[in-house]
Amino acid sequence: MKEELIVSGRMNHLIDPQLQIWHWHIPLYLFLGGLAAGILFFAALNTILGKEEKYPTAVKIAPFITPFLLIIGLIALFLDLNHKLFFWRLYTTIRIESPMSWGAWTLMVVTPLSLIWCAVNIKEIFPKMEWKYQFLKDLDAFFRRNLIFISWLLLIFSLILGVYTGILFSAFNARPLWNTSILGPLFLTSGLSTGAAAIVLLSKNHNERNHFARIDLMLIGIEIFLIIHMFMGFLASTQVHIEAAQLFLGGPYTTPFWLFVFTLGLVFPATLEILELRGFKLPYWIAPVLVLFGGLLFRFIIAYAGQVSRWLY
Amino acid sequence: MTSTRRQFIKISALGAGSIALSGSALKWTSASSILEKLNTGSVKPLRTPTYCEVCFWQCAGWVYKDEKGEIQKIIGNDDDPHCNGRFCPRGTGGVGQYTDTDRLKTPLIRTKIDGIETFREASWDEALDLIASRMKEIKSKYGSECVALFTHGSGGSHFGQMLKAFGSQSITAPSFAQCRGPREVAFLTTFGDIIYSPERTDIRDTRCLVLIGSHIGENMHNGQIQEMSDAIDKGATIITVDPRFSTAASKSKYWLPIKPSTDMALLLAWINVIIENNWYDKDYVERYTFGFDQLKEHVKPFTPEWSYGITTIDPNVIRRTAKEMHDASPAVIIHPGRHVTWYGDDTQRLRAVAILNALLGSWGRRGGFYNPAKAQVPDYPVPDFPVPEHLPMEAYKGKYKLANEVVSNGICDATIPTPDQNCNFKIWIVNGTNLMAALPDQQNTIKAIESLELLVVVDTMPVEITGYADVVLPECTYLERYDMIRKSPHREPNIAVRVPATEPKYNSKPASWIAKQLAEKLDLGAWFPWTNIEELLDWQLKEIGSSLEEMKRIGVKKFPRAYDDLYFTPGEDVSFNTNTGKIELYSTDMEAEGFNPLPVYTPHEEPPEGFYRLIYGRAPMHTFSRTANNPNLTDLMDENTLWVNPKVAKLWGLSSGQYVKLRNQDDKLSTFSIKVRVTERIRWDSVYMVHGFGHNNKNLSRAFGRGINDTELITRVKIDPVMGGTGMRGNFVTFVFENETIGKESES
Amino acid sequence: MRYAMTVDTKKCVGCSDCVVACQTENKVPIGYCRDWIVEVTDGTYPQLEIEIRSERCNHCDNSPCVRCCPTGASHYADGGVVLVTPNKCIGCGACIASCPYDARYPHPDGYVDKCTFCLENRVKKGLDPACVSVCPTKCMYFGDLDDPNSPVSLVLKKRKWKTLIPEAGTMPHLYFLI
Ligand SMILES: Nc1nc2c(c(=O)[nH]1)N[C@H]1C(S)=C(S)[C@@H](COP(=O)(O)OP(=O)(O)OC[C@H]3O[C@@H](n4cnc5c(=O)[nH]c(N)nc54)[C@H](O)[C@@H]3O)O[C@H]1N2
Ligand SMILES: Nc1nc2c(c(=O)[nH]1)N[C@H]1C(S)=C(S)[C@@H](COP(=O)(O)OP(=O)(O)OC[C@H]3O[C@@H](n4cnc5c(=O)[nH]c(N)nc54)[C@H](O)[C@@H]3O)O[C@H]1N2
Ligand code: SF4
Ligand code: SF4
Ligand code: SF4
Ligand code: SF4
Ligand code: SF4
Ligand SMILES: [Mo]
Repeated sequence: MKEELIVSGRMNHLIDPQLQIWHWHIPLYLFLGGLAAGILFFAALNTILGKEEKYPTAVKIAPFITPFLLIIGLIALFLDLNHKLFFWRLYTTIRIESPMSWGAWTLMVVTPLSLIWCAVNIKEIFPKMEWKYQFLKDLDAFFRRNLIFISWLLLIFSLILGVYTGILFSAFNARPLWNTSILGPLFLTSGLSTGAAAIVLLSKNHNERNHFARIDLMLIGIEIFLIIHMFMGFLASTQVHIEAAQLFLGGPYTTPFWLFVFTLGLVFPATLEILELRGFKLPYWIAPVLVLFGGLLFRFIIAYAGQVSRWLY
Repeated sequence: MTSTRRQFIKISALGAGSIALSGSALKWTSASSILEKLNTGSVKPLRTPTYCEVCFWQCAGWVYKDEKGEIQKIIGNDDDPHCNGRFCPRGTGGVGQYTDTDRLKTPLIRTKIDGIETFREASWDEALDLIASRMKEIKSKYGSECVALFTHGSGGSHFGQMLKAFGSQSITAPSFAQCRGPREVAFLTTFGDIIYSPERTDIRDTRCLVLIGSHIGENMHNGQIQEMSDAIDKGATIITVDPRFSTAASKSKYWLPIKPSTDMALLLAWINVIIENNWYDKDYVERYTFGFDQLKEHVKPFTPEWSYGITTIDPNVIRRTAKEMHDASPAVIIHPGRHVTWYGDDTQRLRAVAILNALLGSWGRRGGFYNPAKAQVPDYPVPDFPVPEHLPMEAYKGKYKLANEVVSNGICDATIPTPDQNCNFKIWIVNGTNLMAALPDQQNTIKAIESLELLVVVDTMPVEITGYADVVLPECTYLERYDMIRKSPHREPNIAVRVPATEPKYNSKPASWIAKQLAEKLDLGAWFPWTNIEELLDWQLKEIGSSLEEMKRIGVKKFPRAYDDLYFTPGEDVSFNTNTGKIELYSTDMEAEGFNPLPVYTPHEEPPEGFYRLIYGRAPMHTFSRTANNPNLTDLMDENTLWVNPKVAKLWGLSSGQYVKLRNQDDKLSTFSIKVRVTERIRWDSVYMVHGFGHNNKNLSRAFGRGINDTELITRVKIDPVMGGTGMRGNFVTFVFENETIGKESES
Repeated sequence: MRYAMTVDTKKCVGCSDCVVACQTENKVPIGYCRDWIVEVTDGTYPQLEIEIRSERCNHCDNSPCVRCCPTGASHYADGGVVLVTPNKCIGCGACIASCPYDARYPHPDGYVDKCTFCLENRVKKGLDPACVSVCPTKCMYFGDLDDPNSPVSLVLKKRKWKTLIPEAGTMPHLYFLI
């Protein structure tokens, strides 16, 4: 029998007996960030492609929720901090190697961009609205003139934001479950997929809904591929990675993950979308709601399970 | 049990008392906050010398305070031979003894409110007046000898002085008959001298250290652990005999996983092998010992093969380890151990240990046993003590003839009235010893306490024994007081002082003050002629060429040895303080008192079916029950666990982390449950736990209900007829699951 | 200069003195610790072996905690010692999640705390770290790896040693003599 004990009674709060430094804040923050990134990505992309009129929800309506998503995300991040008074320290330095740092900075760029986007499109929602001051009007005009440039910026930064939500985890070598480069693309895909789902949910236009349902279907396909790939990668790796994967293959996270995230959050909505595209009449909101729910749960599960997985020595 | 006049005051009563106390707690902290103000100005933290009271190794160190004047840390004194500048975890965590807010805060007197016994707060004057008047009353009715003092630790000298002046010599400590008594008597009868504390073992320079149950490393007696580590560095061979894979065993070249209670059979086999192979030190044996031929004849039958059947130790291993000892001799130590009251024939077992050392010539040799020397500090001149009419030994007349100290359990037994007893003890003063944890057979202790007219308890914590007291006196901790000069023997004579680092917290007082006040109230002021202890210490220190002022600066002072006699010189004529003037392999003292002059093996009881031998020991971060509530140390370990061999665990369906109760052979059920630790480190016929846990006084907020108190399961005591030691390892326990009253039968 | 520490697992008895000493020296709040003791028992009675390790931050050369810190609160100080500046730390926990040894903890005051090698309060004053200086078995050594005559260099030359999870690529500077 092998017995390994800490005999000095170590019980550090949030560390022992098992790491629990991150609670709901971080996964929520990552989910909202991914969702916002997804919406903004489609808004920017369709602007660049000149399809504003074809996909008005994606370009003009859905982005209105992104500042809220981002700000709620930032609030969640803020609440997670243990030394809140020093929050401003995040913005006194840029540390390229720290995903936390470039995440914070990315949000610093994306959030204003999302606000600009809303400002430019505000008349879509409040047609009677007029800017009060001249400089605001000038600014509005300036943004409109450079909309393509702003779209490109937004496209790039929303992709960075989407990837970042995964990299934040995958940068942690210390937690074998997180330590896979697939997590970046996987969370990006998931973010885009939830973005597409949000557009479907908000859109009143049948064509637009169909278009984004199709995109979502494709993204779900990629996600499933990446998830399977991730587990195969773990199982082909070292003992600690195998053990990390085992959390999902018989371990405590098996049911939540395979039933709720994989089946209810991916396979089932994908099936519904296929049926819908084939002309079956179903309540259109079910699939996107499931996708959003699956995306949220996915981040929660990865956040918690990752903290459980560790190196053995 | 019939209702008695002295009930254990339950938790709630004392709890109510201590809630009321918190007001006075505030009042009393003001004293230290004045000091705080005084100190905040100074940049350099204050440092005061002390010697540690968390165990009885008495390491000297420095107490440092932070900028706020709060005690921050305690660090060993580099000049101190007990610790060499390094405290053990308990000493380092000694800060917690002082900061513990559960401490006793003010004197308490037992009283009855609405027919319910409880404590009320009292002033020192009132409490001491009460004690003095009761002591005078008892003295006039029964004689002064009827007052006994149970004491462990520094308070003993102050209260001892008071009691001797009062006319009683019934002063006893659990460190004899519950601890090292058998080894002292065994070595006294063999070598004419005792082992002392710190032990005179020259571990630093030994080439072979044999540990029989001594679990150095868990037993954190500082100097020994340090020297054992030095010995490991120098490549010494360590041989550990223990049924448990102790920490020491894990550092040993040989671990002999002996069947518990059979050590004597191993020792006799070793003696046999060493004599048969001529591996003994011939010159030494011829020159210094008495009775070799009788011994040689005596051990003939005790071959390793004979021993194997008893101890389960491979005969070849017995031979090989004997050879290791021989190869290292005389730099070899068969360690006499310290807590050695195991099976009731302990003096005889330790005699065998002494004999083995004598054969290998290790006594008086480098790497064996050195000759310790003590600083000669004169006592302050006081009148002669009155000669009591009865000596304490008379209480257990005819028994324990070779005991060289007062037998605590002898006093305890004699307190219970019997027709043939001329003087039953009527008053106990209990200082610094939690008798409910220290003395086995709790029911017997309680019976004795119930026969008392007055029980006074001096303690720092609301431990179990305070619950039985009529008067509770709160002593301040060692960090808040002076005490007598430490002058224990060592390689070099040395002294150390204890100086308060801060004012006593709450309404607590030092023993030196309490004893003097009480003496004055008893009209015994002549034996306490100094105005305060500083004056006494300064006088003593000046007599030896130092002063209190100097000692406050240096903490420890060493003196040269009077003679260059740390070891015997080759061929030196040595006279030993025994009847024959020789090292008595064959003990004439034992023979004279009707005991076996040569040690013999007697089998001991074995656990019945479904039961396991209860063995206990130390955890490095705790001292008995005295640290169980220490905030710094409970942080390291807050309960004891029950070590169970995986085979046993499987049989009973036990798993690590699960809590069980225990029931012993006398149907005694443990009060609390204990967490199981399934581990290969323990034999399948025994279970193991650390002593000192399972407190049942709710006022100990961190210790209450944590783990099991081994003492309550030690109801069967095997008394050593030679010196009265209480053999405590002949108790057997079985598991009781929370929802069962009867233990599960083991599958056959 | 490169500070490092070694722990002799053959002498350490797991007494935890190093843990309390760190606590009182560095005012680590009760309930928390910067160092801790791991005891590994292997085998079957009576064929047994125990390894006892006093563990703490490894002051890694390639430390993920410094890398992932968004504010620069976690940084390399003199001699490669990894430190946290409390008033730069936002308590985001990234460094905690990034340490494969779980060597850090959130201090109740909000910032993240861990072993400092006692750099400022002792080592710079020429003293050994508190844990090293108190250890009753003298099983710990501290010193400068760049100095071939420092206690750590000497003992690492003489004895077999290992570090913990070298495969994590952190390049630890806490060595265990085996
Ligand atoms: N079952 C069992 N019984 C044993 C042992 C065992 O291992 N198992 N060990 C035996 C041995 S070896 C020994 S030496 C004895 C030890 O026996 P004790 O010395 O009686 O041990 P403790 O239980 O620690 O009780 C010490 C008491 O002193 C109090 N105290 C601490 N500091 C001070 C102080 O400064 N002043 C005063 N006035 N009081 C103080 C503590 O609060 C505590 O109540 O026990 C023996 N009994
Ligand atoms: N940390 C710490 N250190 C202490 C103390 C403390 O309270 N805490 N107390 C101090 C005091 S006063 C004393 S007396 C000493 C006591 O310390 P020791 O003298 O070392 O203790 P023992 O109780 O004799 O030994 C306990 C060991 O005996 C083993 N054992 C049990 N039964 C048998 C048996 O039949 N045969 C053999 N060979 N071994 C057996 C147990 O497995 C355990 O390892 O410790 C001192 N040091
Ligand atoms: S051995 Fe430890 S507890 Fe005992 S006196 Fe020394 S430092 Fe104090
Ligand atoms: S103080 Fe020394 S012996 Fe004790 S646990 Fe720490 S490293 Fe080990
Ligand atoms: S052990 Fe952990 S905290 Fe210490 S330097 Fe390495 S990664 Fe950072
Ligand atoms: S918790 Fe503090 S030290 Fe750790 S990564 Fe965040 S800011 Fe840096
Ligand atoms: S080096 Fe200092 S901070 Fe680090 S564990 Fe040791 S005592 Fe604590
Ligand atoms: Mo003892």
